[in-house]
Amino acid sequence: MKTTPSKKLRRSTNGQSPPSESDGAEWNLRLYVAGQTPRSLTAFKNLKEICEEYLKGQYHIEVVDLMENPTLARGDQILAIPTLVRKLPEPIRKIIGDLSNTERVLVGLDIQPRSN
Amino acid sequence: MIANRRNRSRPLDGLQKERTGIPGFDEITRGGLPAGRPTLVCGSAGAGKTLFAMEFLVRGATLYDEPGVFVSFEESDEELSTNVASLGFDLNQLIADKKLVLDYVFIERSEIEETGEYNLEGLFLRLGHAIDSIGAKRIVLDTLEALFSGLPNEAVIRAELRRLFRWLKERGVTAVITCERGEGKLTRYGLEEYVADCVILLDNRVENQISTRRMRIVKYRGTSHGTNEYPFLIDDKGFSVVPITSLGLAHKAPTEHISSGIPRLDAMLDNKGFYRGSSILVSGTAGTGKSTIGAHFIDAACARGERALFFAFEESQDQIIRNMRSIGIDLEKYVKKGLLRFHNARPSTWGLEVHLAMIHKAISEFSPSVVIVDPITNFLAVGAKIETKSMLTRLIDFLKSRHVTAMFTSLTSGGQNVEDSEVEVSSLMDAWLLVKNIEHKGERNRGLYILKARGIAHSNQVREFLLTDRGIQLIDAYVGSEGVLMGSARSSQVAREKAGEVDRKHSMERKQRELQRKQELYEAQLVALKGQYETERDSILREIEQEKQRQQVIAEQRLEIARLRQANNGEVQMEGYGARKSRKGTLR
Repeated sequence: MKTTPSKKLRRSTNGQSPPSESDGAEWNLRLYVAGQTPRSLTAFKNLKEICEEYLKGQYHIEVVDLMENPTLARGDQILAIPTLVRKLPEPIRKIIGDLSNTERVLVGLDIQPRSN
Repeated sequence: MIANRRNRSRPLDGLQKERTGIPGFDEITRGGLPAGRPTLVCGSAGAGKTLFAMEFLVRGATLYDEPGVFVSFEESDEELSTNVASLGFDLNQLIADKKLVLDYVFIERSEIEETGEYNLEGLFLRLGHAIDSIGAKRIVLDTLEALFSGLPNEAVIRAELRRLFRWLKERGVTAVITCERGEGKLTRYGLEEYVADCVILLDNRVENQISTRRMRIVKYRGTSHGTNEYPFLIDDKGFSVVPITSLGLAHKAPTEHISSGIPRLDAMLDNKGFYRGSSILVSGTAGTGKSTIGAHFIDAACARGERALFFAFEESQDQIIRNMRSIGIDLEKYVKKGLLRFHNARPSTWGLEVHLAMIHKAISEFSPSVVIVDPITNFLAVGAKIETKSMLTRLIDFLKSRHVTAMFTSLTSGGQNVEDSEVEVSSLMDAWLLVKNIEHKGERNRGLYILKARGIAHSNQVREFLLTDRGIQLIDAYVGSEGVLMGSARSSQVAREKAGEVDRKHSMERKQRELQRKQELYEAQLVALKGQYETERDSILREIEQEKQRQQVIAEQRLEIARLRQANNGEVQMEGYGARKSRKGTLR
């Protein structure tokens, strides 16, 4: 299930300093789940909220249910469930967990710089 | 379903086992790995974990028709295929035949951000899918510990591993999980807590610059197993474990005899020679002819049409053939006939275990009835005494099980007591010949003893041992009042004895002659004495006669005088009485 393609992220709109590689790039995200478990649903809900807030109109999300398509786990080297894979912009990044820690998701997606 | 499978043995203790197909391993575990349960294989880097696991799968697929899944956390599919191709495993073919699935699980910590709760369902799904895709009965997780370095939350991993092992058991697959050896413990992350059924430790130790691989079954719940450290090999045929005593002492003892190739030696051995299938030790100092005894033994075996295998650890094949030709033994013709094969190697080329495996292999391929190992002493240069003994024990067990008669030569150093120097190995041997240089009066001679020969009434005598152009000749040594003599001392002693005998004979003759002479002398004296006696007697008798006549004359004169004087009768009577008395005396 694919969400509707979104418009490009504009620097001025989100008020953050976006990573340079995201300039002009579409955010292509893939969420791996295993069945409609509460944790999967939480992860999807969290992801949707974050994208709407920070990447509005600039992203699309693909949800892959490994229960239905176990062969797909191999391609992206999925072990943990749920795993969010940032396919674009490159490089590929993986975020595991139910995405409840918004700050870490933003760091993981390189939307927000890592705070040491 | 599981119980009906033919390759699963059901030992008395009830635990089902799955044969690995790895030579030797199924013997020491009495049937293989626990079926349907996980087994932990731990060892340090380069110990052979991956190979063991891979062979478990490949043998399962090829020998027992059990498909398997190899989940690698370290090497990619291509790397794995290439690495095991050198062992003759064609993974691509097995994959094409749906006998094997390779799954490379790659975790890059730097790519991963943890953002909340998760589990490893993705891994479970992958494993489940891989198992289902070919109906796998075996699975390998090659270094599962990569999870610990790849994922941030150790608590989650531990919980998930517990679940994983339970899940594997529920699926009924026989799993091999490899892991790195940790400092002071079996595994770095303590995985042995989760896998409690069977733990195998692989080890690769370097001693004296020669490395030896060893394996130990640390734990095998619910079954008896060998507890020793078993050496194992990785060669071009893969993994093989060499059980220290694969047979125990249950081998049959043949009653057939086999000639030593030296008639006089056979004569010393109750006129029969050695038992077939026995192990014979020939020990002696340098240059005493040990190899030559071996060559005779081979010569006799090949002449009977039997096969012989010569393991030479000191000389090349050509050198042995040349040297034996010089004493009249032609080994080359047997090589050409295919009855004799040489196996030459320097002992230091490999460790003991590799040598043992090479010997095993050569014997299995050639099936000889007679084997010479010349010499075993050199193994001591490679391994410690106890290891050498354990290796020889295994070798002898193996040979006995195949009824191969084996002759081992052993070089002993000159100084020490030879009987003591062979304590390590002599107890393993059924017969023990000792060839000794006996130094006496500036020359060395070889003496041959039979120190022991189990089950054969053997001579207790030393024989002198000569190397001639017609091979070995055994001569009775001189045993007499002068002690045991050999060589020129023996021949000079024999000559001396011969001379003494002649002397004694001469002196006897002389004495006899002397006696004869004496007899003659005394007889002559006797004759002379007798003559003298007769002469004297005659003269005495003559004197007596003369005296008698004189007396008579006197008496007659007196009578005449008396008659003339007319004397009275009394006087005459007295006179007459006296005369009678005197006459009587002379007549006596």
